[in-house]
Amino acid sequence: MITERDVEYVAWLARLELSAEEKERFTRQLGQVLEHAEKIKSLSTEEVEPTSHVIPLRNVMREDVVEAGLSQEEALRNAPRREGGYFAVPRIL
Amino acid sequence: MEDLYAKKAWELIAMLRGREVSAREVLQSVLRRIEEVEGDVHSYITLTEGEAEQAASRADEALAGGRDPGTAAGVPLAVKDVLCTRGVPTTCGSRMLEGFVPVYDATVIGRLREAGMTMMGKANMDEFAMGSSTENSAFGPTRNPWDLDRVPGGSSGGSAASVAAGEAIWALGSDTGGSIRQPASFCGLVGLKPTYGLVSRYGLVAFASSLDQVGPIARDVRDCALLLSLIAGYDPRDSTSLQVKVADYLEALEGDIRGLRVGVPGELMQEGLTPGVRANVENALRLFAELGAEVEETTLPHLDYALSAYYILAPAEASSNLARYDGVRYGLRVEGEDMLEMYGRTRAAGFGAEVKRRIMLGTYALSAGYYEAYYGQAQKVRTLILGDFRRAFERFDVLVSPTSPTPAFALGEKVEDPLAMYLSDVCTIPVNLAGIPAVSIPCGLEDGLPVGLQIMGKALGEAELLRVARVMEEALGFRERPRVARGEA
Repeated sequence: MITERDVEYVAWLARLELSAEEKERFTRQLGQVLEHAEKIKSLSTEEVEPTSHVIPLRNVMREDVVEAGLSQEEALRNAPRREGGYFAVPRIL
Repeated sequence: MEDLYAKKAWELIAMLRGREVSAREVLQSVLRRIEEVEGDVHSYITLTEGEAEQAASRADEALAGGRDPGTAAGVPLAVKDVLCTRGVPTTCGSRMLEGFVPVYDATVIGRLREAGMTMMGKANMDEFAMGSSTENSAFGPTRNPWDLDRVPGGSSGGSAASVAAGEAIWALGSDTGGSIRQPASFCGLVGLKPTYGLVSRYGLVAFASSLDQVGPIARDVRDCALLLSLIAGYDPRDSTSLQVKVADYLEALEGDIRGLRVGVPGELMQEGLTPGVRANVENALRLFAELGAEVEETTLPHLDYALSAYYILAPAEASSNLARYDGVRYGLRVEGEDMLEMYGRTRAAGFGAEVKRRIMLGTYALSAGYYEAYYGQAQKVRTLILGDFRRAFERFDVLVSPTSPTPAFALGEKVEDPLAMYLSDVCTIPVNLAGIPAVSIPCGLEDGLPVGLQIMGKALGEAELLRVARVMEEALGFRERPRVARGEA
């Protein structure tokens, strides 16, 4: 059963700040969904390979030729903060 | 004469080419309709009248000059706000992307522009395509034109409502677990989820990358086939795009269904169906038989596990895809003392409750100690479901079920009960897990609300699927219109 501590830990992993009310609500709601998902544990799958993709996956390569991409101006156009041609962020350490 | 906004795309295309109407007249009709009903229905997040007027003028000029304006010219189209449109805001129904203006077009949008597209606007949706009612939009819910107290379905609810209400002639949606078919079903329309890899995902904002597909929502099967033919095909910009020749879907509509082998999975006809859904689907099965198809009940035993597997796999992929919303390159930023605080605050303020729930669920299922039991096991269940479909398609040409166990439910009915909301996708989800195509067509009414019939086909079997849907559409003779579209509301 998922606990409020689990929810706090997962929220930290997902970089989500949650209010006290959200922690309480998500603990309850995630518990319900996970209880439903428990169903899949009853299937015996020892011999079964996992599927991550339905189409035969292979590395898709293209010719190594120069193509036009986004300009620096275009790439930065939607940035919440920019500085001298860069994305600006708060201090990291 | 029937109002232009109520016509099918193929009818308008013929009228435009016969110079019976102009593209501007068609657009004016749709714009007047929007003025009448948009306040009630709220199909759109962004209207693009200016762009539409330019496109309509271009189409009229081309037609006047005897030039081909492009197949889609002059036929107003609603585009789900999850597809990037250059220069036009693309929000995904989220505060996180409020004000985001893409600098490039999704491949499907580029293709439609080349076909002369008249884009009417960006349609409302559940935030990041997560939901089954369009109530999860940060910009307010869309209402069902058949009954304004009910949801239009979701997540492509704005796309479906716009077409049902006459605010667009046809629309693009996206479908990860039923998000095209279920709203098409709730709004009395035809909606198709193509084979995974048939339509490019480039520029489709990612939810669950192994499940997402773009597809058409329209008033009949012919319009659906036509719109699919304009967006399908290989795209080098999508590494999961299939290198296949696209069939002629319009030509494929001709023919009958004599000798067609129709399987009915018992797992999708179980408890939970309303009486009207069951009766309408059973009536459709009788029609299949009358038209010479061989209808047989069958079993795909692992479908009973599809919903559980999906609600591990899709949130897991979503939690990874939505990690990109970090307040740095685009979208919302809420400042903090340092990087981590900025991330946490930005994501807390930018995402709504359902998106947070799915990110949490996915992160949990992928986290150390739970990965094998949840994510790993769900991937194996997916293999078992694929095997069930493979065996079924050795014996059957198509599989048939309800699209949704119920008609449109009331606004607010399931908002606080995520599991009940998820259960409304029980019939559509297996199709995404298997990557096969499926179409929903209207097959009757229950208490005045449309019921959808889901027809599932083999991978890349869209041509046959559309032919079967066209034959059944004719046999079912569904002609009802929503009351908003009749103007009685």
